[in-house]
Amino acid sequence: MDYFFVILIEILYSIASLVLIGAGLAIIFGMMKVINLAHGEFMMLGGYVTITSVNYGINIFLSILIIAPATVGLIGLVVERLVIRNLYSRLVDTMLATWGLSLFFIGVVTMIFGNTTTGISTPIPGFSIGTYQVGGYNIFIIMISAFLLISAYFILKKTRAGLIARGSMQSAEIASALGYSPDRVYMMTFFCGSALTGLAGAVLAPLVGLVPSSGGAYIAKAFITVIAGGPSLVVGLVSSASLFGIVNQLFTFLYSPVVGEVALLVAAVILLRLLPRGITGSFFKDRL
Amino acid sequence: MSLNRRVFLTQSTAVAAAAVLPNISVASDTIKLGSILDTSGIFDAYGKPMDLAMRLAVGEINSSGGLLGKEIEIVAYDTQSDMALYSQYGQQLTRQDKVDVVHGGILSASREAIRQTMRKSNTLYFYNVLYEGGVCDRNIFINGVTPAQQVEALVPYALEKSGPKVYILAADYNYGQITTLWIKKFVQENGGETIAADFFPLDVSDFGSTIAKIQAAAPDLVIAPLVGGAHLSFFRQWAASGMKDKIPLASTTVGVGNEHKVLTPEEGNGIMVAYNYSQELDTPANNEFKRKWEDAYGDSRLIHEIAVSHYQGIHTWAEAVRRANSFERDEVIAVLETGLSINGPAGKVTVDPKTHHAILDVHIMEIENQGMTVIETLPQRQPIDTQEVCDLEANPNDNTQYVIDF
Repeated sequence: MDYFFVILIEILYSIASLVLIGAGLAIIFGMMKVINLAHGEFMMLGGYVTITSVNYGINIFLSILIIAPATVGLIGLVVERLVIRNLYSRLVDTMLATWGLSLFFIGVVTMIFGNTTTGISTPIPGFSIGTYQVGGYNIFIIMISAFLLISAYFILKKTRAGLIARGSMQSAEIASALGYSPDRVYMMTFFCGSALTGLAGAVLAPLVGLVPSSGGAYIAKAFITVIAGGPSLVVGLVSSASLFGIVNQLFTFLYSPVVGEVALLVAAVILLRLLPRGITGSFFKDRL
Repeated sequence: MSLNRRVFLTQSTAVAAAAVLPNISVASDTIKLGSILDTSGIFDAYGKPMDLAMRLAVGEINSSGGLLGKEIEIVAYDTQSDMALYSQYGQQLTRQDKVDVVHGGILSASREAIRQTMRKSNTLYFYNVLYEGGVCDRNIFINGVTPAQQVEALVPYALEKSGPKVYILAADYNYGQITTLWIKKFVQENGGETIAADFFPLDVSDFGSTIAKIQAAAPDLVIAPLVGGAHLSFFRQWAASGMKDKIPLASTTVGVGNEHKVLTPEEGNGIMVAYNYSQELDTPANNEFKRKWEDAYGDSRLIHEIAVSHYQGIHTWAEAVRRANSFERDEVIAVLETGLSINGPAGKVTVDPKTHHAILDVHIMEIENQGMTVIETLPQRQPIDTQEVCDLEANPNDNTQYVIDF
């Protein structure tokens, strides 16, 4: 029974980390159709910002929840103004540009921090379920993801800003005709996407040994989750993250982490063969 | 500056000529030591201290009058953690620079990329890194510890401190696989039982489910030959889940690249390891070595296991040259094969004539406050794994890397 709870927590944790990894990309790629190949590097930057500020003696939760998203958001803003802005609706060009950006970020971080592994320890102690020990930080990640999803849903669905953002993504001309500047809406949306990505990197940083090239480990999972999710932003993210999280963890528990990863990828291939437009292209249509 | 083709050609010819000329003019009164290491890129945490150690050793030899009256000239190439560059620079060292000896290579892949080039050109080659064992080639000398040397020391100590049931977590490539076989063998010989062995590709960084599986299996001891930055997450997550004080942990890799200085004391303390070197080794030779390093570079915290191996490798070669009174490859090898010993920072290092590997001291240690405290020293351990398959005395033309069969 205890073991069952441990597995349940691990599955929830796996879903939560997929949601975190995918959230920023869901906005930048899902909403804005910008293929951001530097997504992993935005996460890596979030991690480095966190580690640096913790090393300067700043409270770790402040670093993770405020400083890292704000910093990476601002970096995203600069990137949007200088690069992405000129490349909207030019899919291949944005791929090339953001790939270059990812190399640039890896280079800069290597120059500043060196090509060695850095890290901080998790701020929350473990606790026990029966005879098992579970990382308390995993619960923190699950809570953050749940909070993120709920607030994203409410902001997009219930606030005027969310409405304007969705409207501009759907039809920039009409939004513009109604008096909203699509340029500024895109800018703010890209800022939000980058900040979320920075947050994801920051939240995951205490669990891993971070190197400048760490971003590469996230990018494939992020794209798979977002693409398999389909057109609906929140529902798509939740449904694909849940599916892949469950598949991944079940196979990991039954066999090994390698089989778990393979199962995740196989599930993605089968899913996209059966539902080429993603889960929400066929189910939960027209949800957010 | 405008750069047309004519200007470019003139300038680049001048640069090339300037680069070549000094070599020609000084070639007669120096001897060339070729160095080939990753001093940039993802393996630079290993390569940079090795490069510093090499320069320290050569500096010492030169300031005490050089070798046989000649000064050592370093010809160093940075392979940038790119295996393709090893073949290229390996060719360059042997054909163009015509060096007298090559020290270098870090990963096993890099060693195998240049080993044949060295052999064909009769260039004496030293590979000074901890590795999976089994290389049998009369042209190469290897003085890093092999899995059996480590595991033979580590397993009995760890079993005695914890209990008989062992869970192994290993990196999924030849080093991890071979080391796991040795761990299983020594666990069995010491009356223990391996209840499971899990292998992880080098980019796995999420160990949550593994930690739960370990708890379900309830071993007395976890042995973790995990490699690289992503795998370091295991030690973090293990401590974060509160398991560290419940099941003891041993490793054959944590600390080789100073990983224990990245982990916090709460995460690292108590991990059992076995190596040839520790910065905390309190011997006159090591204190002297650390003092020299600090005089030259300031910070002795950079020193690690393979930097010291590299340093010892260069001194082993230098000693052999002195005794042979020659730089000729065959004469130097003949002296090395007499079972030559030197005393390095990590103790006595002896060449094993049969395998060209090293007989050296292995220290059982525990990580304590980002240092490695020596618990027990096992003097002069034989490279028993490679000895099982390799005998260069009987078979001097052997040229294989054996995978040891169990």
